[in-house]
Order: sequence, then structure tokens, then C-alpha cells
Amino acid sequence: METEQMISVSEFCMYHNIELSFIYSLNESGLIDITHVEEKIVVPISQLKHLEKLMRLNAELDINIEGIETITYLLQRISDMQQHILQLNNKLAFYENV
Amino acid sequence: MEFIDYYKILEIDKSATEADIKKSYRKLARKLHPDLNPNDKEAHKKFQAINEANEVLSDAEKRKKYDLYGKDWQHADQFEQQRQQRPSNEGRQQFSDNDEGDFSSFFESMFGGGERGKQTKYRGQDYNTELTLSLIDAMETHQQTLTVNGKNIRITIPAGIENGQVIKLKGYGAPGANGGPAGDLYITFNISINPDFKRLGNDLYTKATIDLYTALLGGETTIETLKGKVKLKVSPETQYGTKIRLKGKGFPVYKKEGEAGDLYVTYEIKLPINLTEQQKILFTELSTLN
Repeated sequence: METEQMISVSEFCMYHNIELSFIYSLNESGLIDITHVEEKIVVPISQLKHLEKLMRLNAELDINIEGIETITYLLQRISDMQQHILQLNNKLAFYENV
Repeated sequence: MEFIDYYKILEIDKSATEADIKKSYRKLARKLHPDLNPNDKEAHKKFQAINEANEVLSDAEKRKKYDLYGKDWQHADQFEQQRQQRPSNEGRQQFSDNDEGDFSSFFESMFGGGERGKQTKYRGQDYNTELTLSLIDAMETHQQTLTVNGKNIRITIPAGIENGQVIKLKGYGAPGANGGPAGDLYITFNISINPDFKRLGNDLYTKATIDLYTALLGGETTIETLKGKVKLKVSPETQYGTKIRLKGKGFPVYKKEGEAGDLYVTYEIKLPINLTEQQKILFTELSTLN
């Protein structure tokens, strides 16, 4: 089984100077997944970039958890739509070149 | 050097209070923050501008200096002279040489380097580039060297990349300011049109020409795929435009090793020309049988 690299949440909070409760709130709202490894609370390294983005939204723009949830959902929708537009453009090019 | 109106950038009056500046900065930052505008170069540029404006106007001392010299720009030369008499800051010179940096040259000339050391860390600018690949190149995972801003970057392009797809290379953009992280490099891939194969998602489409007799009586034909020749059985009485599917002979699925789309082959039937007398007699005889 492949093991994923983890990062300690407390170290992350210390490094970025943020409250541990913020990470718990993100976890409760389903925005990130934290797990316990040997009594330590950790997040997978693969989520780090996402977590830092959520942290910036909160720290730099004063956006609360509900706002972050909404933004995350809308950004995902934008990304899906952009992907869809790309596919449609390629489809259009296909039929234009038939 | 163009005069930059920081008040205009923050959409406030010159009489704006600290609270007004903060409020306006927050409002604009929420609109233009790079995390809310992924891949939007224009928003990123504007965000840098409001940061620069906020850094000056939210600091009473800097604001005073800006109001004094920014308003009557003709005094700036005098200010510049005085500034140059002060000990230079080599570290800053390096940054101000970069036009693509996070701060305008206007900012660079107005505020000394020592002041910047205490400031917020700024992420470097993102770079954007385009890379054109042939359909055949896009079929295989391969390495390619790109030159971006004079730097050679070797990248691995996974098989199955789509036309218009953007790949981000973290940290390959402009260096950050005040110890901030470097920006990212965004590569947009253009896949050039292949005259023989059309691509739709992971499926490929091509045409194969068979002669009249093979179409009528059945037989075999050899077609070209992007991975070599394939022999096909042709069923008797194959009609013009018949489409057959070759499972797994299409385009590789992006980042899914071993998976590929299908290849669709449309038959075109080539009618014989320059018929001999005997062929004409036989075709006539054939037509009367109908």
C-alpha cells in the first residue's frame, strides 16, 4: 500500500502563526481532512497547497469559514466550467476541420 | 517613469482617512486576490498595484512623502538628488532593475530600500508561455527544454495532453520580493492539427480508402495509425462512410498509463476509372441483373 507523506498541523500553525482552531473548523466543514498519526494531528502533504490557500483567504481577506466554503465551491465551479469550455472549443475545432 | 496615482488605484480621495484606505484596500483585495482569480494575469497585476498603493498610503510617513513629491512631480528630481546622496542599497538595486517585479519603478524611486526590508513578503510574478506540439509528440510522454526569460527549463510532458491545457510549474516565475516565494510558470499547450487524424477527447478519427471490389466482396486492408500499420478485415457489402472502431488505438489518456481512447476509421470507397471494354460489358451486365 502506498503511504502518503504527512505534515504536523501544530507545526503548520506555528510556522504560519495561525490558530489550531482554524484548522479544526476547516476540517469540520469538510474543506480539508486531518488525521491522527501517533497522537499527532496531521494533514497529507498533497493538501498543503490547498490548506495554504484557505489560510490566505482567511488571513489576508478576513474571510470566515462560511465564506471560504462558498468561495471554494464557486472556484471549483469556475474551474469545471473552464474545463468544459476547453473541451467544447476542441470539439468545435474538430467539426470545423472535418 | 510614469506617475502613479495611488489614491486612484485604491479608488479613494486624497482626504481619505486610515479607515477609508483600509476599507477600500480590503474591498479591492477581495475582488483581485490571486487565489480568487487563478490564471488571471490582469487581476494579478492589479492586485500588485493595490498592494503597492496600500503599502504607501497606509503608512503615515510614506503617505506624507508621497503627498509631498507625488503631487508636484517636478520636485521629484530634487528629491532624487537628495536620495542619491544617501548611501546606496545594493540589494534593492537588483530588485528595481526588474521591470517585471512586484513594484513599479515609481515606487522604487520614491521609497528607499531600507524601508522595504521591513515590509510584507510579496510573491513573484507569474510567467505565461505557450508550447506547440504535434499530435504525434503529444502521444508520448517526453521531455522538452523551454527557454523562459533566458533560463532553460527541462520539463516532462505527460502523454495525452490536450489542446489548450495549462500546466503550472510552481516556483518557475519571477523571484519574490522581501523573501517572498517565486511566482509560477504557466504553460499553455497548443496541439497542431494533423491532416490525417482528428482528435476528440481521447478518441482519434481517420479515413481509409478501399477499392470497390473489396467493399463489395469483402477482404483485407491495411491502415495507418499513429502507432504504425494495422491490418483490418473488411466485411462484404461495406457501404461508403461505414465507421469502425478500433478499441484502445486512440489517444493515450492524460496521466493514466496504459489507458487510451479508441480509433474510429471511416471507409471511403474508390470507384475504378479508365474501365476496359470488358469491364464495361461486365458492369452493364451486372446492372441489368438488378
